[in-house]
Amino acid sequence: MATDSALDPLRISRKPQPRWLPWVATILALILMAALSAALGPISIPLRSVVRLLAARIPGLTVAADWPANFATILYQIRLPNTVLIMLTGMALGGSGAAYQGLFRNPLADPYIIGVASGAGLGAVLAMAANWPTDLLGMAAVPAAAFIGALITVAIVYAIAQVGRSTPVTTLILAGVALSSFATAMTSMIMLLSTQELHRAVTWMVGGFALGGWEPVQVSLPYLALGLLALLTLGRPLNVLQFGDDQARQLGLEVERVKLVTVAAASMVAATAVAFSGIIAFVGLIVPHVVRLLWGPDHRRLIPLAILLGGSFLLGADIVARMLLAPRELPVGVVTSVVGAPFFLWLLQRAKGRVRFW
Amino acid sequence: MVSRDLVLSGVEAGYDGRAILRDINLHVRPGEVLAIVGPNGVGKSTLIKTAAGTLKPRKGAVRIGGEDLADLRAAERARRVSVVGQALNLPPAFSALDVVMMGRTPYLGWFEREGERDREIALQAMERTETAALAQRPISELSGGERQRVLIARALAQNAPIMLMDEPTAHLDLRHQDAQLKLVRRLVEEDGLAVLIALHDLNLVARFADRVALLSTGTIHVEGLPEQVLTPDHLAAVYGIEIHVMKHPIHGKPLVLTGE
Repeated sequence: MATDSALDPLRISRKPQPRWLPWVATILALILMAALSAALGPISIPLRSVVRLLAARIPGLTVAADWPANFATILYQIRLPNTVLIMLTGMALGGSGAAYQGLFRNPLADPYIIGVASGAGLGAVLAMAANWPTDLLGMAAVPAAAFIGALITVAIVYAIAQVGRSTPVTTLILAGVALSSFATAMTSMIMLLSTQELHRAVTWMVGGFALGGWEPVQVSLPYLALGLLALLTLGRPLNVLQFGDDQARQLGLEVERVKLVTVAAASMVAATAVAFSGIIAFVGLIVPHVVRLLWGPDHRRLIPLAILLGGSFLLGADIVARMLLAPRELPVGVVTSVVGAPFFLWLLQRAKGRVRFW
Repeated sequence: MVSRDLVLSGVEAGYDGRAILRDINLHVRPGEVLAIVGPNGVGKSTLIKTAAGTLKPRKGAVRIGGEDLADLRAAERARRVSVVGQALNLPPAFSALDVVMMGRTPYLGWFEREGERDREIALQAMERTETAALAQRPISELSGGERQRVLIARALAQNAPIMLMDEPTAHLDLRHQDAQLKLVRRLVEEDGLAVLIALHDLNLVARFADRVALLSTGTIHVEGLPEQVLTPDHLAAVYGIEIHVMKHPIHGKPLVLTGE
């Protein structure tokens, strides 16, 4: 692990913080970002109206309709589904990144870097090429295919990257790069062969939320809820796993079962995110890093906080993507990469001096 | 904690179809320290892993109080056997108390969190290993000796009647080696632990072990009291160099020296 440590600048902050602080901070950030995301757009809805529109939906509460008539349609049919889908996607990517990093005992593991996102993408495109989703059932098949693609990828990466009993950072990343390239190439080929719907698929590939409406939220919610709940149970086992397989076994952990549940849950949420939002890089890498930097490496807090922060991070990136070149919209994946790559390089640069792994 | 015997009978074990240990028979009783000695690569660590149940024997059985370890689930095993390895490559950012609390893993279900009682047991283990004052410090900031004591505390928190130790003193200086083994000795006497310990330093073995098993390429060359095992003949046969054994001028235990 000595070489891995050079890649991680993270140290727990020594100043004692109140225990509630991270929770309040991440939840407030999520609410704020969600409200902004719903409010901002080609036609901006004042935050006050957003709140009043939402309050009007609460049974037993009467709110005078002091907003233009089209606000309700924009908010409920266009903005909110988009906001919720982005939030769920960010949560999925943040949580799965934290879980993969704990599983591989490697701060660079992330659904994008280890190739799971591309594998999921290939699965999703195969499903879309076979039958472009027009109804709920067709749509539900896409995350299932993405999940299968993700599982196959993570199995191959794990088998190849494993040297003896550990998973060194270099083999992990190289295996991820190779598989990612392969899956992306296959995806491109399939998209070129099935000319119809090509531009929709291309937009999807770079992380645009092109589907719209509440259907993607309805379809992805069961997968995401199940996967995220499973991730939340993994905090203590993943902490024990940080001591290595041998010690974890000696401490009475069912190591194989923990790994299996982690891979299944993290891949399920990552694949669902990819199926509806395309491949969005760096969220699963940056968000857990920031959480560890601020609040330490304990997975019992890291996983839920990475889920919460992942939601607000992607909402923020999406707001930037929509506002930067308005009225044109950038795909959100462009924003996360433009922000994420330099952030990642900055982390590497910082790591050169004082080193503390995990 | 119920006192139990650790019994290895006819054990053959190894990796990938290659046998490293053959026909190992050992019996460790409550309240005694049995040391495993031998040159590098004879299978001391493999023996510890096999006795811990994390490496399944290919022949024979490892039994604790009559129960075959192969029949137990991981958590059940960890309530009977704890393992202390070298305190190297630990994930540094956990606090010492966090690390000791992980000794409670075999008592917690998938959805359970550590409770007040687990915390008490962990803190008590830290008192006994003189690490209580370090509870909130990250283990990366602790010295080698302190870290090793934290690992012993973690093993104690498992509340297991058998403690296995794999070279726990190899990276420590003389003073800390001594303190470490005195601590182990005290725990054995107070709790009636049965301890199986792999050690390099034959003079430490002479002072701290009740019995010694000398390993030679995967089999037990000889087993018995330190005075019976640590003899020039046995040691020369296994280590392949000339070895002298004297009486220690202070405590009279065997003193092992190399050289012409």
